[in-house]
Amino acid sequence: MKKSVAYTEYHPKWYRTRVSTYWWSRRWTYLKFILRELSSIFVAYFVLLLLLHLSALWKGEASYVALQAWLRTPSVIVLNGVSFLFVLFHTITWFNLAPKALPVRLGGKRVPDALVAAPNYLAWLALSAGIVWLVARG
Amino acid sequence: MAETIVLEVARYRPEQETEPTFQSFEVPFRKDWVVLDALNYIKDSLDGTLSFRWSCRMGVCGSCGMMVNSEPKLTCATFLSHYLPGPVRVEPLQNFPVVRDLVIEMTDFMLKLQSVKPWILRGAEKPLSEGEFLQTPEQLETYKQFSLCINCLLCYAACPVYGLDPHFIGPAAVALAQRYNMDSRDQGAKQRLEILSQHEGIWGCTFVGECTRVCPKSVDPAGAIQQYKLTAAKEWFKSFLMPWSAR
Repeated sequence: MKKSVAYTEYHPKWYRTRVSTYWWSRRWTYLKFILRELSSIFVAYFVLLLLLHLSALWKGEASYVALQAWLRTPSVIVLNGVSFLFVLFHTITWFNLAPKALPVRLGGKRVPDALVAAPNYLAWLALSAGIVWLVARG
Repeated sequence: MAETIVLEVARYRPEQETEPTFQSFEVPFRKDWVVLDALNYIKDSLDGTLSFRWSCRMGVCGSCGMMVNSEPKLTCATFLSHYLPGPVRVEPLQNFPVVRDLVIEMTDFMLKLQSVKPWILRGAEKPLSEGEFLQTPEQLETYKQFSLCINCLLCYAACPVYGLDPHFIGPAAVALAQRYNMDSRDQGAKQRLEILSQHEGIWGCTFVGECTRVCPKSVDPAGAIQQYKLTAAKEWFKSFLMPWSAR
């Protein structure tokens, strides 16, 4: 065996590409992912809104009326409209991902994804119907 | 019907260039040709210096993964006819350092794969006289999907998390860890948990889901990672509630 090792003249110089800051804008699936992550801010905002309602109810009628008046201002209506769309997007995308995280097996076979997602949608529908019934009744 | 199609191939010759450039080649268009056939035509007839990896030509070896029009693809399973009238842009898999032309450096993946111990681990080997390990078709079915991984690295090229943070263990390594974790003959799940439940393990994944979409073998690495998150969370709760139970 030779004592000195002859290396190739051009030892590989690796080329590394930097990931662009705007990588998420290059593909619809990446953008969808970023929007889904962003939607959590609007989910948090809706939770905050719910807490504001509870706090206003706790404080009394005057406080609740003031909150209602604030909710009727155009900028808040727009904000709530946008938030609603994001929350809808959040819910649908996560419901559709549920079968991936939780594969259900029955009798040795994997239950089709649609059947795993369906109970989520049904529960959502039932809860929404319940709320509509409560609101319509009052 | 087109008679030729243009391939724009990324070239990187470290002894000549500091960054990759594109070179266009006009190759004959044939209905039954895949991108790899066109690359081999270039190598044989137009420019013998073009470097790329390939082996089986039938989607089994996982060597010929490249970016075809910015999408990670096995070039042996990607027909030229899909890209008519062209041009077809061929680049090395993204998120990996490029050694030369279309050849990437994959040691990082090899080390990660090794770290999850993708082989059957036993507490104690049973003597040969006790015979083989038996497995029912149902037991095989639970992990079979993950065993189809061919280490082609398309999932790493599709994963923005791996691109942004190369410490992330990545989709295929987790899918292959799950392949052994779910194998009824294996007893190594706890050893793998140490690696997988680290911050750079499964928790780095933000469920973009692109790994599953690009996988040529329908392995569903994204599913494997989410399922493992559930397992790791359960194990953590168990160790929290019952710290005396040996890990």
